[in-house]
Amino acid sequence: MSADILQEVTQNDYKYGFTTDIETDIIPIGLSEDVVRLISKKKNEPQWMLDFRLKAYRHWLTMKMPEWAHLNIPEIDYQSIAYYAAPRKNAPKSLDEVDPELIKTFEKLGIPLEERMALSGIAVDAVMDSVSVKTTFKESLGKLGIIFCSFSEAVENHPDLVQKYMSSVVPYTDNFFATLNCAVFSDGSFVYIPKGVRCPMELSTYFRINAINTGQFERTLIIADDDSYVSYLEGCTAPMRDENQLHAAIVEIVAMKNAEVKYSTVQNWYPGDKNGNGGVYNFVTKRGICKGENSKLSWTQVETGSAITWKYPSCILLGDNSSAEFYSVAVTNHHQQADTGTKMLHIGKNTSSHILSKGISAGVSQNSYRGLVKINPAAENARNFSQCDSLLLGDKCGAHTFPYMEVNNDTAIVEHEATTSKINEDQIFYCNQRGISTEDAVGLIVNGYAKDVINKLPMEFAVEAQKLLQITLEGSVG
Amino acid sequence: MLEIKNLHANINGKEILKGLSLSVNAGEVHAIMGPNGAGKSTLSSVLTGNPAFTVTEGDVTFNGKNLLELAPEDRSREGIFLSFQYPVEIPGVSMVNFMRTAVNEHRKYKNLEPMSASDFLRMQREKKELVEMDNKLANRSVNEGFSGGEKKRNEIFQMAMLDPKLSILDETDSGLDIDALRIVANGVNKLKRPDNASIVITHYQRLLDYIVPDFVHVLYDGRIVKSGGKELALELEERGYDWIKQEVDGK
Amino acid sequence: MEQQYIDLYTAHHESIKKHSAPAMNGLRDASFAQFEKLGFPTVALENYKYTDLKESLSIDYGLNINRIPIPVNPYDVFKCDVPGIHSYLYFVVNDGFYPVTDPRNTQLPDGVIIGSVKEVAATHPELLKDYFGKLSSTKEDGLIAFNGAFAQDGFFMYVPENVVLDKPVQLVNIMRADVDFMAVSHNVIILEKGAKAQLLVCDHTVDEVRFLSNRVTEVFVAENATYEHYKLENTHNKTTNLSTLLIDQDASSNVLANVITLHNGVTRNMIEIDVDGEHCETSLCGMVIGDKNQQVDNFTSIIHNKPNCNSRELFKYVLDDLAKGAFTGKLYVAKDAQKTAAFQTNRNILLKKTAKMRTKPQLEIYADDVKCSHGATIGSLDETALFYMRQRGISADEARLLLMFAFTNDVIENIRIPALQDRIKMLVEKRLRGELSKCEGCVICQ
Repeated sequence: MSADILQEVTQNDYKYGFTTDIETDIIPIGLSEDVVRLISKKKNEPQWMLDFRLKAYRHWLTMKMPEWAHLNIPEIDYQSIAYYAAPRKNAPKSLDEVDPELIKTFEKLGIPLEERMALSGIAVDAVMDSVSVKTTFKESLGKLGIIFCSFSEAVENHPDLVQKYMSSVVPYTDNFFATLNCAVFSDGSFVYIPKGVRCPMELSTYFRINAINTGQFERTLIIADDDSYVSYLEGCTAPMRDENQLHAAIVEIVAMKNAEVKYSTVQNWYPGDKNGNGGVYNFVTKRGICKGENSKLSWTQVETGSAITWKYPSCILLGDNSSAEFYSVAVTNHHQQADTGTKMLHIGKNTSSHILSKGISAGVSQNSYRGLVKINPAAENARNFSQCDSLLLGDKCGAHTFPYMEVNNDTAIVEHEATTSKINEDQIFYCNQRGISTEDAVGLIVNGYAKDVINKLPMEFAVEAQKLLQITLEGSVG
Repeated sequence: MLEIKNLHANINGKEILKGLSLSVNAGEVHAIMGPNGAGKSTLSSVLTGNPAFTVTEGDVTFNGKNLLELAPEDRSREGIFLSFQYPVEIPGVSMVNFMRTAVNEHRKYKNLEPMSASDFLRMQREKKELVEMDNKLANRSVNEGFSGGEKKRNEIFQMAMLDPKLSILDETDSGLDIDALRIVANGVNKLKRPDNASIVITHYQRLLDYIVPDFVHVLYDGRIVKSGGKELALELEERGYDWIKQEVDGK
Repeated sequence: MEQQYIDLYTAHHESIKKHSAPAMNGLRDASFAQFEKLGFPTVALENYKYTDLKESLSIDYGLNINRIPIPVNPYDVFKCDVPGIHSYLYFVVNDGFYPVTDPRNTQLPDGVIIGSVKEVAATHPELLKDYFGKLSSTKEDGLIAFNGAFAQDGFFMYVPENVVLDKPVQLVNIMRADVDFMAVSHNVIILEKGAKAQLLVCDHTVDEVRFLSNRVTEVFVAENATYEHYKLENTHNKTTNLSTLLIDQDASSNVLANVITLHNGVTRNMIEIDVDGEHCETSLCGMVIGDKNQQVDNFTSIIHNKPNCNSRELFKYVLDDLAKGAFTGKLYVAKDAQKTAAFQTNRNILLKKTAKMRTKPQLEIYADDVKCSHGATIGSLDETALFYMRQRGISADEARLLLMFAFTNDVIENIRIPALQDRIKMLVEKRLRGELSKCEGCVICQ
């Protein structure tokens, strides 16, 4: 493969890089106890929420940034970041009240808020910077007893649920970034599915980082009560910015007895330009607990964006016979760095987990899988199978695999397989011979390679994910 | 020789055999047929003591001994041989070592001296011819990398080596082409004697063209619901199992 | 914990140096400074996550700084030679090279030097100067730094260009003391271009006291040379074995390292093979049979720095009772190491609920035209295979044994000395049967 083609195709510009001209309400940069109080005040939070934030903030001051990941993280000045930005207008009540600029932004992203979503049956809770703008389908979901709203609304309207479950899966002391989130989180989504209810549509949130120099710290809490089912989609894009933007989110999921939760992410934050300038730092703590018997949790992620990704959607398998899945495609190009994977903690009996990770590296990027499978002594008959494959598209990138397996019970069966290889030139030639350009061939082959994961996404997302893979990589062959 | 009375058995709490009775005498060949999920393979597993299955009710005696009390290896040494539907691959354990251990354990059970290496090899050579088994296979690990046909031939070879009183052939015909089927059936027929017996479990009548049964039983929903001579097999081949299901379910 | 050794060094570094050799003393103060900085490794370090040395290091061990001769003649008592294999036999008692050599050893091929580091420092100072500490001094590791400060002697082997050692060299390490004892040694092995050698290292303990061995072995394998390194650990459960094996491979060389732990207390094998030339072949294998409260951590790295090389790594563990196993296998492929083919496998069997296994294979790959894979499994014996064997009349115990033996067999098959292979097969079988796996005829071990 010639170097020219490589360059040509890896220099594809970020297609979602535009800035929306919306007046925003920004707190001056910097972080202090006063800023934490100010965020809480702006959001009219009750005292218990402020106390929680302050407790986290004080703990955060004692913590250091983790260094074990295979990442080269430039020093982050936490005092030069604005911790709160909200579109100035109050939350709109109907589509007419939504800022037309905002709607245009969503249209450019291909997610018109109402019609197309209505057609595809998705209820969207769109998060523009930090505050939830509009939630659709709230009413029809409400009839089933499903609560789907912004986190702030949940704090106001469902304080008992929030207090009971918030930070029950990710404690406020969990890690540097999670603790920071607990102190300064701005908004996010809240989902509660009552007993015995199957959520009839895919719930979806689109996150965007927009304002200059604002960190985005949203948190999502999903509770699936006994015998319920929900599929949740999270999509992320951020406009092009030269400055790095910090993103430290928390997602917590609780699955009760016989409940099933599917959480799918397509992450396409701005990755920086081809010289490694700018881009989002994405430090996310995602964790779910299979609390009840026979509960099921499934994480699917397609990670194509961000300059730095640090993310390990995890699962605590507490209930007997519970099961968890983690399906991931992570693509890195140019100067992107990703250290991502999962943790499966088997505690209950007859628990099973399945991990499938596909890493694709191009340019001068570094792509690592890091995963832990831990079988506790009481976890009889636990099963795990992990497969981690890496594909290299170029001779300047790196692909790394760091699985950890800790087994404390002899009835467990834990298996791990990993391979690393380069894209098959025979396949490309075969495509070429049939008249398919190298760029398209790589797109085809990579999509084929990632198919097992993409197939796990809901249809609408799968199509978008495929496009994203192609855009991110078009022909990056070495 | 074998007397099964009102046998009930389950796997993971799910009852599969629901009161099965059958008696087999020396010199007889019994065919057990039935639709998928009837409990055919469960019967072979229970008779050989597969720990995955639990017997909840009933008796099985084998030459006067309570079979259900015996460990799987002792049932084998008493003379029960199972030709597995899916022979297990055991990487790293050579066929020779495996077979010699088995033969000598059988001999020990009968208070016989272990076989000398040369006697063992001679016997192995003889028995291999019976199923036209390739010499190379004996040097490989047990069943590892064997084709479907080779695995089944290997089962019959082991049967010849261990000289059982009762052999249970569990779907031995599945996955065999016509030549392999003939070889396997020939092997089984050559081993037939007035003092031993066989239970042939099969889904199709095809195998019974080669191994002619004295009795044919239909197993359905965990019980033997119909018995007859070899003509019953032909009838099943022609009419399927639905009429039997209707007969039983209609009652 | 560190302080007593810092005090010891500060008070006695003159004696330590006096009883050692200039080549070793050259790096000593720097190593000590490094040790002062790093201390002993703890589980807080990613590389020692699964080796907890706190208990082993809390013992008040004696060191033989003044090199007082140990009153034992291994030739009189040690009959542990592998039957049917003729070897050049050498002994190290604790951390000192046993000076009297077997008469059979006099027929060494021309130019081959085998002896103690201290002795060679006097007779061939230039050899040591070029090699000693070349690999170990670049490592940032508390145990290696400690070794650099306290090791006073070690085993030395030199095989000149195109010389082939016709028989394996056997090095028997015997731990013998009346009080809890720490042995610190540093071995150097050099194979010149086209040379061929096989080294079998056996570790034994004689007395019922607690032993700690800290051993660093540096191996230099020049172009076209072939080196096989076998290590057989058969000590008692009061032994802590901290061993570092560093191998540097030049172009077209062939290296096999096979480390087998049959019986031990606490073992940490750090093995790093640097492939620094093209067209090399590297095999790294190991096996652990652990029961009671044994602990074994094999911490391995294969570093591919040059293109067109192949490596294979295979480690198998059978763990019973309260045994704890750990395996780390780092496969590193540097940016320019194109056409690397590297395959790693780690399989583990837990026989009891109380046994524990931690495995951490890792691939770090910076070149794109490579074929690399790793596979790791942890499980118990295959139930369907057990039933199959029992159906054929093989008793449950025997079937289990056959399966365990089969499981470890492919590591044993990677022993290229047939007589040694047979011998280890026999030892492994005895070990698995729960019989004492002590070497037959070995008087010392009784």
